[in-house]
Amino acid sequence: MNATAPATFYRVFALAVLGFIVMPLAVIVWVSFFSNKILSFPPAGYTLDWYTRAWERPEFREGLFLSLQTALFASLSSLAIGVPASLALTRYKFAGRDIVTNILLSPMVVPGIVGGAAMYIFYIEFEVATEVQVAGTLPGLFAAHLLVALPWTIRLVTASLIGIDHSISEAAASLGAGPVTIFFRVVLPVIKPALIASALFAFVASFIDLEKSLFLVGPGRTTLQIAIVSYLEWNLDSTIAAVATVQIAIIAVLLLITNRYAQLNRAF
Amino acid sequence: MSEIVLSDVCKHYGEVVAVQSTSLRIGEGELVTFLGPSGCGKTTTLRMIGGFVDVTAGRILVGGTDVTRLPPAKRNMGFVFQNYALFPHMTVAENVAFGLEMRKIGKAEIADRVKTALSRVRLAHLADRLPKQLSGGQQQRVALARALVIEPTVLLLDEPLSNLDAKLRQEMKTEIRLLQKSLALTTIFVTHDQDEALSVSDRLVVMSAGKVEQIGTPRDVFERPASAFVADFMGFTNLVPVKVEGHGRGQLRNGMAIAIDKESPIRGEGLLALRAEHMSLSSKPVSSDVNTTEATIEALTYRGSFVDYLVRLDDETRLQVRGEAQSPFAPGQRTFVAWQPDAGTLVAAGQA
Ligand SMILES: Nc1ncnc2c1ncn2[C@@H]1O[C@H](COP(=O)(O)OP(=O)(O)OP(=O)(O)O)[C@@H](O)[C@H]1O
Ligand SMILES: [Mg+2]
Repeated sequence: MNATAPATFYRVFALAVLGFIVMPLAVIVWVSFFSNKILSFPPAGYTLDWYTRAWERPEFREGLFLSLQTALFASLSSLAIGVPASLALTRYKFAGRDIVTNILLSPMVVPGIVGGAAMYIFYIEFEVATEVQVAGTLPGLFAAHLLVALPWTIRLVTASLIGIDHSISEAAASLGAGPVTIFFRVVLPVIKPALIASALFAFVASFIDLEKSLFLVGPGRTTLQIAIVSYLEWNLDSTIAAVATVQIAIIAVLLLITNRYAQLNRAF
Repeated sequence: MSEIVLSDVCKHYGEVVAVQSTSLRIGEGELVTFLGPSGCGKTTTLRMIGGFVDVTAGRILVGGTDVTRLPPAKRNMGFVFQNYALFPHMTVAENVAFGLEMRKIGKAEIADRVKTALSRVRLAHLADRLPKQLSGGQQQRVALARALVIEPTVLLLDEPLSNLDAKLRQEMKTEIRLLQKSLALTTIFVTHDQDEALSVSDRLVVMSAGKVEQIGTPRDVFERPASAFVADFMGFTNLVPVKVEGHGRGQLRNGMAIAIDKESPIRGEGLLALRAEHMSLSSKPVSSDVNTTEATIEALTYRGSFVDYLVRLDDETRLQVRGEAQSPFAPGQRTFVAWQPDAGTLVAAGQA
């Protein structure tokens, strides 16, 4: 069975990598059901108490709502801005196009903590100059999360627009369609998978963001990720595991739903 | 009225001249082919007519109306793209219906006309398929139906057959020609395939490097090329330098006097275009009313039903001559090359 030896090795290796990725997630889900008072091993028994306790803590409940709200906003607004921007970037040649593209994508590569700090300082300066408070307000947070989400939209939507065969737009034009009709009846349906995927990735990118939000949340207004970090500073019990499990579930469900409506692997 | 007239149309891309000043008239109901090698400007010319490329200068008229500045959507032309350009998210029927919907035609009539259009290309049974569930030939026919259903004034086809296999290409070629004739539709067909062009068109426009080299019927172009380029492109394997003396007389470089076309306006240095299959080899000179010159066999290639000889005249001119499969010549042998005076076509000396 000489021929299958490499195949076997390959399979074992793939499984190992998969295990390495899935293990921590599996463990945290498992731990969330332990009845141990503090995080420890092995489980003394199993309980759903940690979920109730997490839900009873206002910082988690409100954090979850704020995070969902922010992510939804980021996702939709980055579509509203990102789709026209991507169209312009792919359709028209203009001076500095590459520079604009890179600037739009840059939040993806600038470390979140740097971006967050920069936003914060900018908000403060803005406040000094105009006396309009932005830091610590909801619009301030939303704006920052738009920045987190936008590069995802730009990247996925431009990639799909570049991949689209331009002659189908020309065919539509020769059949009598104007630019608006062409966009809504031909281009939009063809890039739909990319739109759905980018909405999802934008949502997730915003939802899991910690660094940018750190600087920008206000009194009594924390996102879920910040609530988790604050809680961990003083406590070490399975509440955190329960919160994490809920997050994993939310994201998994989103991925599954999205995959039903758009073949995600084809969006890239 | 749907005659197409190009008057001094040209296209420049910065420094690049894609199409030099071109004037052309395509009659109503005529099928004209743009033929030429890659990069000669066929697509660019077609796309200017379709409205996808702005002209640098000149005017385009269809049925006497100036359409030069009209967007494609306002030209009412049927355009068939090389890659078909079907809408991937729409079924066959929806693809075909699209142009009618743009014309705000009632649902019932659309359904009717889509049905007719699809049966015309024998695809009625596939109306509900998506383009990706069709073969190349079927996609091609959908593209054709979609372009025809809007009852366009003219039909423009950019290498519509180049993605099909040989047999299908033959079928589609015939199908397109029959449809075009039955609808009496003014049509431009772009191709770089000589065979396709000859068999499908009323007239050919042979192009080279952004310039029209010759316009004529398939027979004109095939038998009486107007330039060295066209001769070469149409399969005249030999372009022999000749000094034209007028009155139907000429002289090869080796001094041999030959009879040539009396009507030709060419004087002085010219090229005699000759097809390999219109010349013959013999071991002794043939009758005097045939052009004959002595040569040495240099090489031969067995091609099954015939043999291709490469022969050299004494002035180093090389000729390709086609002989019968069992002809008795071998490399190194002396021989006589002969051809009928009317087998040769004189073209101006110039680069092929
Ligand atoms: N957008 C463009 N910018 C610059 N040059 C162009 C552009 N489009 C075409 N050209 C040039 O114009 C010339 C004619 O191109 P065109 O596409 O019309 O050729 P073609 O005859 O259709 O060739 P093929 O048989 O390969 O399709 C080519 O030299 C090409 O490089
Ligand atoms: Mg072309």
